[in-house]
Amino acid sequence: MARIVGGLTTSHIPAIGNAVPREKELAHDPYWEEFFAAYPPAREWLDRVKPDVAILFYNDHGLNFFLNSMPTFAIGAAPEYRNADEGWGIPTVPPFKGDPKLSWHIINSVARENFDLTTCQEMLVDHGFSVPMQLFWPNHSYGNVRTIPVEINTVQHPLPSPARCFALGQAIGRAIESYPENVKVVVLGTGGLSHQLDGERAGFINKKFDLLCMDKIVNEPEVLTRYSIHDLVRDAGAQGAEFILWLAMRGVLSHKVRKIHSSYHVAISNTATGLLVLENAA
Amino acid sequence: MSMHTVHTTEIEEQIPGTYIFDGEAAMKGYALNKMCYSFNNAENRAEFLKDEDAYCRKYGLTDEQRKAICERNVLAMIHAGGCIYYLAKFAGIFGLNVQDVGAQQRGITVDAFKKLIKSQGE
Ligand SMILES: [Fe+2]
Repeated sequence: MARIVGGLTTSHIPAIGNAVPREKELAHDPYWEEFFAAYPPAREWLDRVKPDVAILFYNDHGLNFFLNSMPTFAIGAAPEYRNADEGWGIPTVPPFKGDPKLSWHIINSVARENFDLTTCQEMLVDHGFSVPMQLFWPNHSYGNVRTIPVEINTVQHPLPSPARCFALGQAIGRAIESYPENVKVVVLGTGGLSHQLDGERAGFINKKFDLLCMDKIVNEPEVLTRYSIHDLVRDAGAQGAEFILWLAMRGVLSHKVRKIHSSYHVAISNTATGLLVLENAA
Repeated sequence: MSMHTVHTTEIEEQIPGTYIFDGEAAMKGYALNKMCYSFNNAENRAEFLKDEDAYCRKYGLTDEQRKAICERNVLAMIHAGGCIYYLAKFAGIFGLNVQDVGAQQRGITVDAFKKLIKSQGE
């Protein structure tokens, strides 16, 4: 049977996409030092648990989806996912392997629980997906892990509520656990933490709220599902609403988890960065 | 419970300096956002730079949107229905990142903007 080994969260700021190929030389750069120093323990944990599949909750920022047809929840069901030019010049990375068989198992399973996902046999994945993959599998070392992108709309309101995203994660968790193949699955929540790119409040960061989220998501995620999207926009910034991606990740995990590692840093670019490694209770 | 308790969007308080990109904005900004979405493609970026007027006409920008693009005024683009995720691709044509764009909207220098960001971590 498939087994969920744990979950990871990380920010996916585009600027990281430019920095990540230069991680070694930036290790002592005052701007990047603290940020990159947070990642080795997460990579060591991955080396230890050796997942076969990574499921990524992320949001597309206008690469694969446009307003002509904007799904709320979309899942990849392709043998491969490609990255592409996003317009402002972060280097593109080699393709990511898919796992269409597990994708369809999830699609079919969650439909029985009333989650009707948009299914994508072709899907370009943007920095929301590629930056976390590069951070956790540096130097494009993700060749041995199959991926499944689960894309959640954070572009056009109404966005799905925190509670709905958490419930989707729970349904996907049950789907994975009913998958008969012997695979180990890690799940990633990407994006956040507090940031705002638009309006006169651009540059807003809320450390207190971020730290509350990073604390509660470990053992009391239900507390966070009571927030509305409006609450998240007010307290975490317009783009801080990406926190729903973390909640979807948390929904997949077991009720009890063990925190292996965490880090919080203000800031890279306009965004407070947060990293969590949560191991599923056996 | 009453049937009339679900209209949360109408009663939500305004968040200062914050614009919710909702259906109304998405309809208003469609042409502008569609043009900016096209800038994922390098050939389109080159075509825009070669003849900005013609490119904006091709996408049917409103006068308000055309003026905002002409003036490189991000807040005006947002008032004209622009969504920041697409507008970032427009800014990218000129080598501007989200900090440049943030500083412009705040009306402060990029250095002051960077200081503001950092100060919120203390
Ligand atoms: Fe993002």
